Amino acid sequence: MGREKVLMPGNEAIAQAALDAGCRFYAGYPITPQNEIIAYMALHMPLAGGVFIQSESELAAINMVLGASACGVRAMTSSSSPGISLMQEGISYLAGAQLPAVIVNIMRAGPGLGNIWPAQSDYFQAVKGGGHGDYHCMVIAPSTVQEAYDWTIKAFGLADKYRLPVIILGDGMLGQMMEPLFVAHDGDKRITNHEPRITKSWAATGCKGRPANVVKSFRLQMGDLEQLNEELQEKYSRIKAKEQIAQGLFLDDADIILVAYGTMARMAKDAVNALRDQGLKAGLLRPISLWPFPVDILKQITKKPIKILVVEMSYGQMVEDVKLAVNGRVEVDFLGRSGGGILSPEEITAKAKGLLENE
Amino acid sequence: MNERKVFGRSRSLREAQTHYCPGCGHGVIHRLIAEVIDELGIRESVIGITTIGCAVVAYDYWDFDCVESPHGRGLAVASAVKRVRPKNIVFTYQGDGDLAAIGAGETIHAANRGEDVTVVFVNNSVYGMTGGQMAPTTLIGQRTATTPRGRSVQAEGYPLKISELIAQLDGASYVERCSCDCPKGILKTKAAIKAGFLNQIEGKGFSLIEILSACPTYWNLSPLESMEWMKNSLMKEFPLGRLK
Repeated sequence: MGREKVLMPGNEAIAQAALDAGCRFYAGYPITPQNEIIAYMALHMPLAGGVFIQSESELAAINMVLGASACGVRAMTSSSSPGISLMQEGISYLAGAQLPAVIVNIMRAGPGLGNIWPAQSDYFQAVKGGGHGDYHCMVIAPSTVQEAYDWTIKAFGLADKYRLPVIILGDGMLGQMMEPLFVAHDGDKRITNHEPRITKSWAATGCKGRPANVVKSFRLQMGDLEQLNEELQEKYSRIKAKEQIAQGLFLDDADIILVAYGTMARMAKDAVNALRDQGLKAGLLRPISLWPFPVDILKQITKKPIKILVVEMSYGQMVEDVKLAVNGRVEVDFLGRSGGGILSPEEITAKAKGLLENE
Repeated sequence: MNERKVFGRSRSLREAQTHYCPGCGHGVIHRLIAEVIDELGIRESVIGITTIGCAVVAYDYWDFDCVESPHGRGLAVASAVKRVRPKNIVFTYQGDGDLAAIGAGETIHAANRGEDVTVVFVNNSVYGMTGGQMAPTTLIGQRTATTPRGRSVQAEGYPLKISELIAQLDGASYVERCSCDCPKGILKTKAAIKAGFLNQIEGKGFSLIEILSACPTYWNLSPLESMEWMKNSLMKEFPLGRLK
């Protein structure tokens, strides 16, 4: 029992985490750079007594997840950017029917076919909805392979607790790179039971000994749909109040705070350390939950006159949420590249230095 | 006087009035499914998958567990439901637009995987819910909201014979086309639905029952004329009988 140290790429760590979390249904369609997840699931899911299906499309995959989840089974799919675009209708239905699910997006660069290099250009899609209707998914952005493992386990608990889809938003770098990590040995429950398992009395399992259950999002009567929407909004408010997660580094005395998530935050951290070595007071704020966005901590740290530099592998998506949270109190600058180009710590350091020197 | 009940509401039907138009086949087919489920004693283990179209709210009329599927994805949903609940009896209820147009991919692949589910496919040759547009099964020359001059081969191609297509697949074990145009046809339809459910109970794999059904509202015919048109036109293009 306990923890076991292994070496794995992020994609496999995510798949193993799902199995350790009690995920017993996976459907997916091949797309690079996340193919290690589907291959790992094909091999290991049947050994765990679960169901693996290679679907005919991402449309089918997300709707298979909907079917399994409607029966109360912990279910997951994974894909990369173009495939996630195809899943948006199904994700909206999951949100509307209040079905838990975990959806992994190992982002590649777009738009269109783009290429298979890492990117963070699906932030808007993940955080702002993606599909139709007033809904949110919880969005979690791990930065290391260990975090990818830990947060995938937690994602299943959160999905069940709040009855909504949770998106693990990684990128090709996180999916492909190997790092040592600790995994639960023999499914150690102290590690895998992040949230106590909830009885899903709403699930479709056959109406033996109870009234029939219907899992649906359709609300034909206008009042009924407003009621569902208000229920959803109330749930989202609770999540915003309780589930904002971020990690800070040198926040207390910083003159400039870099804001970055996922693998980008690793380069930003190197930049912060380099700036500190040069005697410059830099800090790092790394949002882990992208929805709910960690607005409270941003409000707190911008009470002082500091500078903010948002760094993304996109042309500026999360920066909009940072600006909303900061609400004009301090200046917010942005540095981003996407389409395969990855910002180096040196580029970030130079930009931050320039901002400090312009004072 | 001795009274004997000879007809009543099936246990698997709720006490509700359907929203269907006069002459529509959905109400009859819902009833047939309920009767079959009751006769097989499987109400407590059935999971129905309803899909988008006039009959998406069939769960308001049936009294057993149901899952609503996005448009066309009924067989993706059903595949997963059956795989995670192999002891339950799983069926989809799909229209021609849902199953043969937007869901053609899911239909073919679920059949080809030999998913152990039963498909009730209602073919009325139009989109009813959205206002009578052309379906893949619309007949050549048939006027609809989107073929105002009648369906032409040149512009819209041919009526899609999905049952014939599915019957070719190794994964499909039972495929039959029947019709709800007359009492005899309705009885045959019920027998086919029952055969489809039994097929699943016996673990024989994918079965599909195509049911020709009237849509008087969007055929612009009276219910009675609709029955004639089914016999004289629809059945010519879609011949009845067992295909596999």
